[in-house]
Amino acid sequence: MLALLQDEPKYGYQLRGEFEAATGATWPLNIGQVYTTLTRLERDGLVRAASSEGDGRSMYEITDAGRTELANWFQTPVARESRPRDELAIKLALALAVPGVDVSAVVQRQRMSTMQSLQELTRQKRNSAEGEISWQLVIESMIFGAEAEIRWLDHCEAMLLRHRGKPRPAPQTYDVPADQEARS
Amino acid sequence: MILDIRKLTRTHGQGEQAVHALRGVDLAVAPGELVAVMGPSGSGKSTLLTCAGGLDQPTAGEVLVDGNDLTTLGRNAVAALRRRRIGYVFQDFNLIPALTAAENVALPLELDGTRSRAAYKHAVTALQEVGIEELADRFPDDMSGGQRQRVAIARAIVGERRLLLADEPTGALDSDTGEAVLRLLRDRCDQHGIGGVLVTHDARHAAWADRVVYLRDGVLVGQAGPLPDADALLQESR
Repeated sequence: MLALLQDEPKYGYQLRGEFEAATGATWPLNIGQVYTTLTRLERDGLVRAASSEGDGRSMYEITDAGRTELANWFQTPVARESRPRDELAIKLALALAVPGVDVSAVVQRQRMSTMQSLQELTRQKRNSAEGEISWQLVIESMIFGAEAEIRWLDHCEAMLLRHRGKPRPAPQTYDVPADQEARS
Repeated sequence: MILDIRKLTRTHGQGEQAVHALRGVDLAVAPGELVAVMGPSGSGKSTLLTCAGGLDQPTAGEVLVDGNDLTTLGRNAVAALRRRRIGYVFQDFNLIPALTAAENVALPLELDGTRSRAAYKHAVTALQEVGIEELADRFPDDMSGGQRQRVAIARAIVGERRLLLADEPTGALDSDTGEAVLRLLRDRCDQHGIGGVLVTHDARHAAWADRVVYLRDGVLVGQAGPLPDADALLQESR
């Protein structure tokens, strides 16, 4: 949400639309989730309600604390251990969708972070005893996961290079669904 | 440091057509350390390795192998250092088909003036260390890919080598055999205090290294692995 609010204040339904557009609708959001999240962000001082147009709908804008929080998020590699959804894929999709993020730097930081996990796993594999086959299988599963992620990052980087210089698509406009009009 | 590369620059061609393969790369490898170099094609990985091995002359910067700056030594001195101190492992093994495994391994020693009998003895020891002494009298064409790469590694470690340079050594091998080769390189560094540099595009193989550095467009852009300990830092700042 913070990423999408970075360039200008937006309505909740806009945020939902843009999130789905950026992540290819892989993780559909319902509008309730969007407003719950906005309320929580407002409580934490990361967004505030901006001037509404007098029609009852509230626009939200990002605060300075919110910008700091957002910068931290983009700068922090995702730990392999705890990934509720694929936060990394979401992070890259949003890094591309919003202006001003150095996407290749995000890719590079993630690559080195994942490489470090892969080194640690390889060390564990090396030190495991010959007979510990079930443990070795588990380590291998994690090694394959880390390896696949690095290959995917390489692939993303190559795709980014091919796309560099192509114009950013014009911002999408969204029709306000009738049942959301009154929500604030 | 066994290998100390400082501000290494390598430019091919001149003027508008100049290709900057490496642009001011620093890389130090300590005894017993294995460093993997990764990066997309054309990022300068192989150029870095050939400069480290004295096979290519940098445009600027220093390449110190065991304290000797390859960029200031004469051609013969570099060749001698290469024969005695530096071992090379290539993707396609580069074995001579007309020579047996032991003769291939003994070749660099013989070129350096060691008598045949002594060179053969050293070669058999090296083959023993990579676990294939029984293949000493076999020709490369009668061996599997994994066995041939072991012979190539034996050739790279024979005698008193201090620096092992490997360019995609697992590129032509299946994953199990490739992994065995990595284990061998790793053990070699751990047990004999050799410094190793491994160029690979394969993250799974790079992960065997103590440190993984990432090259892009001739510049080091990232590093993974433990930070150097305090002693190493002190040495570097000297």
